[in-house]
Amino acid sequence: MATIQTTKKSVAVNPLKQSQPLGSALAFLGLKGMMPLFHGSQGCTAFAKVMLVRHFREAIPLSTTAMNEVSTILGGEDNVEQAILTLVEKSHPEIIGLCTTGLTETRGDDMPGILRSIRKRHPELFDLPIIFVSAPDFRGALQDGFAATVESIVRELPQAGEIRPDQVTLLVSSAFTPGDVQEIKEMVRAFGLKPIVVPDLSASLDGHLDDSPSSVTSGGTTLAELREIGCSVFTLAIGDSLQKAAEILEQRFKIPYEVFPSLSGLGAVDEFLQGLSDISGVPVPETYRRQRRQLQDAMLDTHFYFGRKQIALALEPDLLRGVAQFLQLMGCEIHTAVTTTRSPILETLPVETVIIGDLADFERLAPGADLLITNSHGAKISRRLGIPLYRMGFPIFDRLGNGQFSKVGYRGTIQLLFEIGNVFVEHEESTVHTRFTHDEEKSNENCICNGRSSTH
Amino acid sequence: MKMTQGKINELLSESACEHNHKKDGKGKNKSCTQQAQPGAAQGGCAFDGAMIALVPITDVAHLVHGPIACSGNSWGGRGSLSSGSQLYKMGFTTDLSENDVIFGGEKRLYKAILEVQQQYHPAAVFVYSTCVTALIGDDLDAVCQKAAEKTGVPVIPVNSPGFIGSKNLGNRVGGEALLEYVVGTAEPDYTTPYDINLIGEYNIAGEMWGVLPLFEKLGIRVLAKITGDARYREVCYSHRAKLNVMICSKALINMARKMEERYGIPYIEESFYGVEDVNRCLRNIAKTIGDEALQAKVEELILQETAQLDQALALYRSRLKGKRVVLYTGGVKSWSIISAAKDLGMEVVATSTKKSTAEDKARIRELLGEEGIMLEKGNAQELLRVIAQTKADMLIAGGRNQYTALKARIPFLDINQERHHPYAGYTGMIEMARELDEALHSPIWQQVRQPAPWDIPTDRSLELE
Repeated sequence: MATIQTTKKSVAVNPLKQSQPLGSALAFLGLKGMMPLFHGSQGCTAFAKVMLVRHFREAIPLSTTAMNEVSTILGGEDNVEQAILTLVEKSHPEIIGLCTTGLTETRGDDMPGILRSIRKRHPELFDLPIIFVSAPDFRGALQDGFAATVESIVRELPQAGEIRPDQVTLLVSSAFTPGDVQEIKEMVRAFGLKPIVVPDLSASLDGHLDDSPSSVTSGGTTLAELREIGCSVFTLAIGDSLQKAAEILEQRFKIPYEVFPSLSGLGAVDEFLQGLSDISGVPVPETYRRQRRQLQDAMLDTHFYFGRKQIALALEPDLLRGVAQFLQLMGCEIHTAVTTTRSPILETLPVETVIIGDLADFERLAPGADLLITNSHGAKISRRLGIPLYRMGFPIFDRLGNGQFSKVGYRGTIQLLFEIGNVFVEHEESTVHTRFTHDEEKSNENCICNGRSSTH
Repeated sequence: MKMTQGKINELLSESACEHNHKKDGKGKNKSCTQQAQPGAAQGGCAFDGAMIALVPITDVAHLVHGPIACSGNSWGGRGSLSSGSQLYKMGFTTDLSENDVIFGGEKRLYKAILEVQQQYHPAAVFVYSTCVTALIGDDLDAVCQKAAEKTGVPVIPVNSPGFIGSKNLGNRVGGEALLEYVVGTAEPDYTTPYDINLIGEYNIAGEMWGVLPLFEKLGIRVLAKITGDARYREVCYSHRAKLNVMICSKALINMARKMEERYGIPYIEESFYGVEDVNRCLRNIAKTIGDEALQAKVEELILQETAQLDQALALYRSRLKGKRVVLYTGGVKSWSIISAAKDLGMEVVATSTKKSTAEDKARIRELLGEEGIMLEKGNAQELLRVIAQTKADMLIAGGRNQYTALKARIPFLDINQERHHPYAGYTGMIEMARELDEALHSPIWQQVRQPAPWDIPTDRSLELE
């Protein structure tokens, strides 16, 4: 049982957290033909867009209702209306994802009412779904905004229909990359199942070159797929934060679900594949049996480096839980755990305390650890503390290929083991010499007859 | 300083900005009062603009009073470099919660300022208001004043809620805060007749460091850099300079004009991009503050630098000659980059004039020639259309359009604030030439444009049909 601590400071220093609307935008970007729209001032959109572009190195569709002083006082209805009409005219979206921001939540725009009256005035928008999410910046974090968006999507779009025994719904949380989603889809398909993934980042933010440029997302879950979710035989929620979305589908369509907190590590993947086998009645394919043996071998090769290592983590709750458990099962100890937002799973983490805080808290607590795992802002902390960094989470702006990287399945776990293992190997190689000379020095100090000067 | 509507209007209709000069007393002002269009607007808000203008002051703590989005989604991301303190790169925010929104955030802000001062010992604390804190009515000025009294450190309120306008307005709001609270609050140890301030140069990618040695060689002292790689103190005593040199931007023109009013410091508008512009900049500075001796020194330096540069550029000029470029960037840069491209023998076939003044446009027309296309607005589709129409070889634009070009398999060079290469001054020209050459002549272009073998119609597949 972990104790949850929040910091008593009045100021957040080097924030770890990003805002809910950013998470909402990320979730929306996994739907095809999507144009996400922030109801706020133009900066809300610009900042989120820059972050997403820097992380994924992709063009990111994201628009704004461009609230100004006057519209903030009088109410944003006109701005929402004009924005939607302009987007329909210029970008031809198949679907619009509308989310509020701190500004419009503080003002208290009645969004359902606004959308109703816009629809009344514009019957031509009848066929255009507009998914609404309330995402105040002053509550929660990226992961919450992402989860709230998935909840809105499954609340509004799926329709009841005849159950298809080979169709499953996959809800994949913000802890997973487009590369992860790709790997998860492949695993599901290997059992003869047809996955509908919400959101399917592997088809939009995976980094691919289209034949013609598009101002909305060129791939992702299609509208038709989203409507057919009601026909799925099972919901697989990947990441704890999507439990509620899975519950919504259970309530609406009586679709049973199971939550898989993480798909990194032997046991986690075993359970997932066994689950897929149970749903489909298909035995686990030979490919994965082979990959499992490869993972076991990789664990043997790498365990020398992982054993008793002290790891300092600063990640969002879903990712924190998955990574902490994976590392613990490789023999590591969790030295420090910092996270962004409350989550029921924090108490179950294999650590004494979890801090809801910022990267200054992380920097204060991390000395003594062998490895830091956090986003790119950890690079400076790593230099200051002389502790190596492995980058995970969001944003990662000083490494290439964030869209393609995968840590899930046997194959992803192997990659993760080798990458982190190599960080340990490299750090040991680079410090072994200084450690040796350091020890030698110490023994020299005790040796009166040795007058040789230190190598430092 | 309260940001009243009157104050905002004053900043928007800044008299020294040519955008606000009516043509022959008739016609509409194309001023900064244009409202952002819902659904179409791109780019940052006033808060973003204020941060861009002020964050480059390195030994200061920049504290954002607002919910997490404003700082959490932006801190540490700006490209200006420091030769000293790294404090400006840290993200400080009150990270407002729902409770603060309901009960007010003033107490939290006050404590936050004290905590920052005690732990990080900044030369000053700059406190930025945001949409939410403006809306709930937190009195930024009063809290800052009280905190300044308590800490004995300057605490500067920057009233920059995003909803008051664009990034450009935010730049001016930042400038206003400096004028109101910083400039004139200290005296330099000594002055020289050759003291200048650089205004509007943010040391992106260390750009300023390519230019400062030129001034050193000439015996011109840069008294204050406003604000690239600046220390707080130098901005305080910037009112003792003999000349303000505005670089590549009208963003802080309100500062230049008001410093002329208040302290009698004349200002000139210059650019550091391209040989011609650097030459002109140095000559104009010498002409304004110098004697004949300084002017002669400038001529000598120009001769020396350009001779060296010609040698270094010879190879690139031969490789870049005749290449066609579409340029998409704002304001002054649109003409200064044209002249830089021309120096390299490249041909600018189209450029944006969206943010340019009438004077800028006249200059652009002269540089472009009759055939050149002037783009009034440019969304991604429009840009691609013009590139296709003009058979351009590459796009030079801001980072936002990087993927517009790359996804269309077109070479691209980033010219705006997120870039990683310094292009200013004579040395910057070499860097720019190298980058252009690399972008244009990369072997990848041929490969990414090459269709897969199975997509190429062959004689055999034709036979099968």
